[in-house]
Amino acid sequence: MSHHIASVLAHHQHRPQQLLQILIDIQQHDTCITPQAQAEVAQGLNKSLAEVQGVVSFYSLLNPTPREYDIRFSHNIIDLMQGKAALMENLLERLQVTLGTVRSDGRVFIDNTSCIGMSDQAPAALVNGYTVTRLTPSRIAQMASLIENQVPLSDWPAEWFQVALNIQRKDLLLDTPFAPGQALRHLLQEGIDSGLDALQGCAIRGCGGAGFPLDRKWRLCQETPAKAHYVVCNADEGEPGTFKDRVLLQAYPDLVFEGMTLCAKIIGAQQGFVYLRGEYRYMLDSLQQCLQRRRDLGLLGDHILGDEDFSFDIDIHLGAGAYVCGAEVALIESLQGHRGVPRKRPPPFPVTQGYLGQPTVVNNVETFALSAQALNVGQQRFTDLGTAASRGTKLLSISGDCARPGVYEFPYGVSVREVMDACEADDVQFLQNAGPAGLCLRPDEFERGLCCEDVNTTGSLMVFNASRPLFDVTHNFAEFFVHESCGFCTPCRVGTRLLQQMLEKISQGHATQQDIDKMLQLSQLMKSSSHCGLGMTASNHITDSLEKFPALYQSQLHDTDITHPSFDLENATSEARALSQP
Amino acid sequence: MNNTLCIDSQDISFESGQSIMQAACAAGVFIPHLCFHPDISPHGSCRLCMVQVDGRLLPACTTPAMAGQKIENNTDSLNAQRRLVTQMLFVEGDHICPGCEKTGNCQLQAVAYFLGLLEPGLPQMYPTRNIDASHADVLLDFNRCILCELCVRASREMDGKNVFAIGGRGQHAHIVINATSGRLKDSALSIEDRAVDVCPVGALMKKHQAYQKPIGQRFYDQNPIDQKGDANSHQRGEKT
Repeated sequence: MSHHIASVLAHHQHRPQQLLQILIDIQQHDTCITPQAQAEVAQGLNKSLAEVQGVVSFYSLLNPTPREYDIRFSHNIIDLMQGKAALMENLLERLQVTLGTVRSDGRVFIDNTSCIGMSDQAPAALVNGYTVTRLTPSRIAQMASLIENQVPLSDWPAEWFQVALNIQRKDLLLDTPFAPGQALRHLLQEGIDSGLDALQGCAIRGCGGAGFPLDRKWRLCQETPAKAHYVVCNADEGEPGTFKDRVLLQAYPDLVFEGMTLCAKIIGAQQGFVYLRGEYRYMLDSLQQCLQRRRDLGLLGDHILGDEDFSFDIDIHLGAGAYVCGAEVALIESLQGHRGVPRKRPPPFPVTQGYLGQPTVVNNVETFALSAQALNVGQQRFTDLGTAASRGTKLLSISGDCARPGVYEFPYGVSVREVMDACEADDVQFLQNAGPAGLCLRPDEFERGLCCEDVNTTGSLMVFNASRPLFDVTHNFAEFFVHESCGFCTPCRVGTRLLQQMLEKISQGHATQQDIDKMLQLSQLMKSSSHCGLGMTASNHITDSLEKFPALYQSQLHDTDITHPSFDLENATSEARALSQP
Repeated sequence: MNNTLCIDSQDISFESGQSIMQAACAAGVFIPHLCFHPDISPHGSCRLCMVQVDGRLLPACTTPAMAGQKIENNTDSLNAQRRLVTQMLFVEGDHICPGCEKTGNCQLQAVAYFLGLLEPGLPQMYPTRNIDASHADVLLDFNRCILCELCVRASREMDGKNVFAIGGRGQHAHIVINATSGRLKDSALSIEDRAVDVCPVGALMKKHQAYQKPIGQRFYDQNPIDQKGDANSHQRGEKT
């Protein structure tokens, strides 16, 4: 066994649930996880080789073949709108690389990857796992020469790796001063019950999409007897067009960690995890430093703030390129070192049976930050903002066709129009709310409010002006779901591909009304019968755009007569006829 | 306690701990399925067994039976959905029914007949997949695999061998064989393994046994799957 693999295994104490972290560490050192390395890991963890291979091949950022430079262009529609396709073509051409294959000299690999959370500073890419933003033709030319001259990444221009915060509007969460330990001291003074009551009074809901009341989730977990309880922060911000958690983790990590620590005190947890998407590796060091500062301040570790009964620490686990892991059941599978397949469908929910079968609170980054700030500012200021059912504020990630992309904190209930004015978007054709799995909004809906009573949002708003072809957008979304389907259940695995093919047929002008009908049937089946939320929402963008832009679809059809077949007989047989002509 | 539920207006008694599928099987009520096997823990991936349970669409194989459930199963709309799922499975792989060694004994084919599936209905995907013919007694044709994972589960739970796992993701999901070479001949698989028997389609097959039964005497020749049950859960040793 290689010395390095042995030391990685020892560092992770040969614990099987560390499999994914072990593989990531090996790849970071060796640029890949060779079949030999996979065999050694399997042996070291007493797992079957096939299981290790299954994990390596599940995560799109893991690879078995060595390379010196691994470049993944973010393939979200926003990156495409900012010229990603030409930039990638340019680099492929300059370096003589075929997309998705390691160059014959074994040095360079270039591929697409799903949105890397940089839509406000697109086009962006990952180079050896590190984020490079604001790509331009001159940066691409320079990059090609750095690569050909074998310049190590550490000597590349530092400004390429700068990720701007782009905070455009602050409110209660981002603008209230916060000293590390402030909310925690408050909780320890007032007691757990009063802390829970305060959270209930603020009516905080989970920001991951489901909107479950925070105090209820924490109470449920607290009340479940078990040998251990766990706190998990879901920082797998994979919804294309979303980046507000990136900003929180980068600029407000203390708020997030403090929220997790509050939760730990309340539910009685000793161990917490941040599941950080692999695409955000660039901030791993600074997050580790923040954790260390908190340990030094007595805010993490044994006997926090002198409380004999309160010991808690946080580990950061990295993801490795799998959108499905943002769903809590898949996230817990991944945290345990497995393929990110949401195998066990709730109930029971993770809050009673989660990590290692123990009660586990899984909350979004923003939710934890809110919980800390809520105890800090108090119920009155918190509930003054928002609507009856959605109290407080929401972070919005705004990207696309607007003059001021970035993160906006608005009170819940703000109208879409107000948000569009703030980001200086004009000539808007439509917005995509909550990513590809969400719904689009036409300008005639802009008086609606963003809150759970009206337009529910996870915080992602992608803006498309009148010059953007709708089919470019839907096709990009369809590609995304094909790439991210875990493959477990039939409707999602096959349905996502069929929908992509049919959209392509429509955009090429070969489709008939029968294809539209078939798309609707497939969409319906995926919604009703898929195993998890990914498949259930993967056809939303199709049914929604068909409903809101029927004329665009109709104008693309080759034949609108429902009685006609879905292919063009004349065209299909033309080649054979031509060949058989004497 | 009254352990009775109702499927399509037929009252069925069940034992606590059973799934809706297990209760239905015990009572002789057929719910179409492919990834379920009575001796193996269920996982609900094929989505053929979706039934309406008190108005909610749920997989029968992973949903616990509960007293008083009103379940819709053999309805036109559910069977239409199942036809579409079956069509998806057919176009995803290369299912060569007329020439396949499993024809007449294949559960995918039998379910398709039961559902009245007469045409693919969807564009064929023509995947490029391999065949592993390296093993002396067993053939694995990935083209006919429907990813039901019965072999994965049977090898783990019944044979205690873990010969198989799933690799890849989404459209690239595939069976992985536990061997350094990745080939069946170097794995611990034996022809006696239950993992070989449980394949419902023509993916894992015993060699040297093809086409032995004449047409007319094959498992599903005389009676459809709702009457015959599963070819892969009939008693071992009984020639299909």
